[in-house]
Amino acid sequence: MSAAYIMGAYEHPTRKAEGISVAQLHMQSAAGALADAGLSFDDVDGYFCAGDAPGLGAMSMLEYMNLDVHHVDSTETGGSSYLIHVAHAAQAIAAGKCNVALITLAGRPRAAGMKSAKMPPSPTPDTPFEGLFAPSVVEMYGMVAARHMYEFGTTSEQLAWIKVAASQHAQHNERAMLRKVVTVDDVVNSPLVSAPLHRLDCCVVSDGGGALVVTSEAVAKSLNRPLVKVRGNGEAVKHPSAGRVDLTTSAGAISGPRAFAEAGVTPADIKYASIYDSFTITVLVALEDLGFCEKGKGGAFVADGNLISGQGKLPFNTDGGGLCNNHPSNRGGMTKVIEAVRQLRGEAHPAVQVPGCDLALAHGTGGSLATRHGSATLILERL
Amino acid sequence: MTLADLAAVNFDALPFWQGTEAGDFLIARCESCGEAHHYPRAICPFCRSEAIRFVPASGKGVIYSLAVTRIPEKPLRVVAYVTLEEGPTIMTQIVDADDAVAIGDPVRVDFQKHPEGLTAAVFRLARDTN
Ligand SMILES: [Zn+2]
Repeated sequence: MSAAYIMGAYEHPTRKAEGISVAQLHMQSAAGALADAGLSFDDVDGYFCAGDAPGLGAMSMLEYMNLDVHHVDSTETGGSSYLIHVAHAAQAIAAGKCNVALITLAGRPRAAGMKSAKMPPSPTPDTPFEGLFAPSVVEMYGMVAARHMYEFGTTSEQLAWIKVAASQHAQHNERAMLRKVVTVDDVVNSPLVSAPLHRLDCCVVSDGGGALVVTSEAVAKSLNRPLVKVRGNGEAVKHPSAGRVDLTTSAGAISGPRAFAEAGVTPADIKYASIYDSFTITVLVALEDLGFCEKGKGGAFVADGNLISGQGKLPFNTDGGGLCNNHPSNRGGMTKVIEAVRQLRGEAHPAVQVPGCDLALAHGTGGSLATRHGSATLILERL
Repeated sequence: MTLADLAAVNFDALPFWQGTEAGDFLIARCESCGEAHHYPRAICPFCRSEAIRFVPASGKGVIYSLAVTRIPEKPLRVVAYVTLEEGPTIMTQIVDADDAVAIGDPVRVDFQKHPEGLTAAVFRLARDTN
């Protein structure tokens, strides 16, 4: 497969988008990523977006941006969609379908007044069987955490270390919503939203967006930017399996090994990891499924600052992640890729930049970990 | 669209809702492979046969996982997955639970009319009776 490169990456600076439409946020993000790559809208010949984009698939945003492309993809796996888009863009480029793929995400749940996300009724066969109980997103992930604690003895204090690490990083990010450094005690003493999850186990609700530009090798080498190669990718969907529910393993157990196999590297080779962090438990389950530690040992792995840059073995989410920085449109996959690109380029904040970061992983968990979700893993390399 | 509207056009599962309405807890079982599944489909998700029959379930189960939400002056809210005696694990709510409610607790089915029209299969702690 001929190589594809992430040449443009842009995180929208807003965290509360008063008076800015979702379409405008998408296009501002697109403009930012194209400028970052040194490209223009006229160069784009492939467009990728997910369910946060207004309208049916890619059509309305293509109309709004007045773009003519010959490759579109609106694969939807919730917040992990954008990692799959990077993978699909790489595949499309390898197949000769496009050369400059634009991927956008944006949303404004904060300005729109979303407090606690409830699953909206949708005409799927599963809807009444869950909707009658109106489970909140926190309750869904709370059930995952409770089961993990039951099976493996994971503790709230261990989960708290994930938030502690994110806050250690967020203190250096002037755009982060939560910049205050917190302790394990702060997390476990924050109010229980739905036991066993505390308020500080949850990510922020924020507006904003982000965009990526994935290009062919020929385009990449014509640009004056560091080369970030898509070296491996994997995607998978997991669901309740008609009643054979297993809450402690995610689809990352499929997407991760596939990405590592394609890249020809192992978890031990990874210098930096962006791990989807809608909740602390989302990170813990993913780290196990990706093979950074054994299943059930995630609690011990994240404890004592092991995820803190400059201190632990696996620096993660050095922008502060969804837990502290930004979770635009309630979808954290885009920002995961963006921070991985910053790390590989050496453009992360100096206080959290991983020295010699030439191999990074970005991982997304979209939908609901407690029911149906899509996982996507990217292995990215700085050439 | 209400949940009842959505249920009305999902023909696969109508016998389940007719059951809860009448106070019966039915589970979909495949006559080809013998496996029970949930939520109910017209086609067996395991062997893809269309020989699905709704059969009475015991109503007994064990809490597989739960999330407990405490709101002052309101009853304890417990969203849970319950593993039924027949095999499938289903999403539900534990009603009238006490503070000690936990994974592994035995529970028994009960029925609760939802404001939108459907009757939900909920569960109650049954520590002494199972
Ligand atoms: Zn069957």
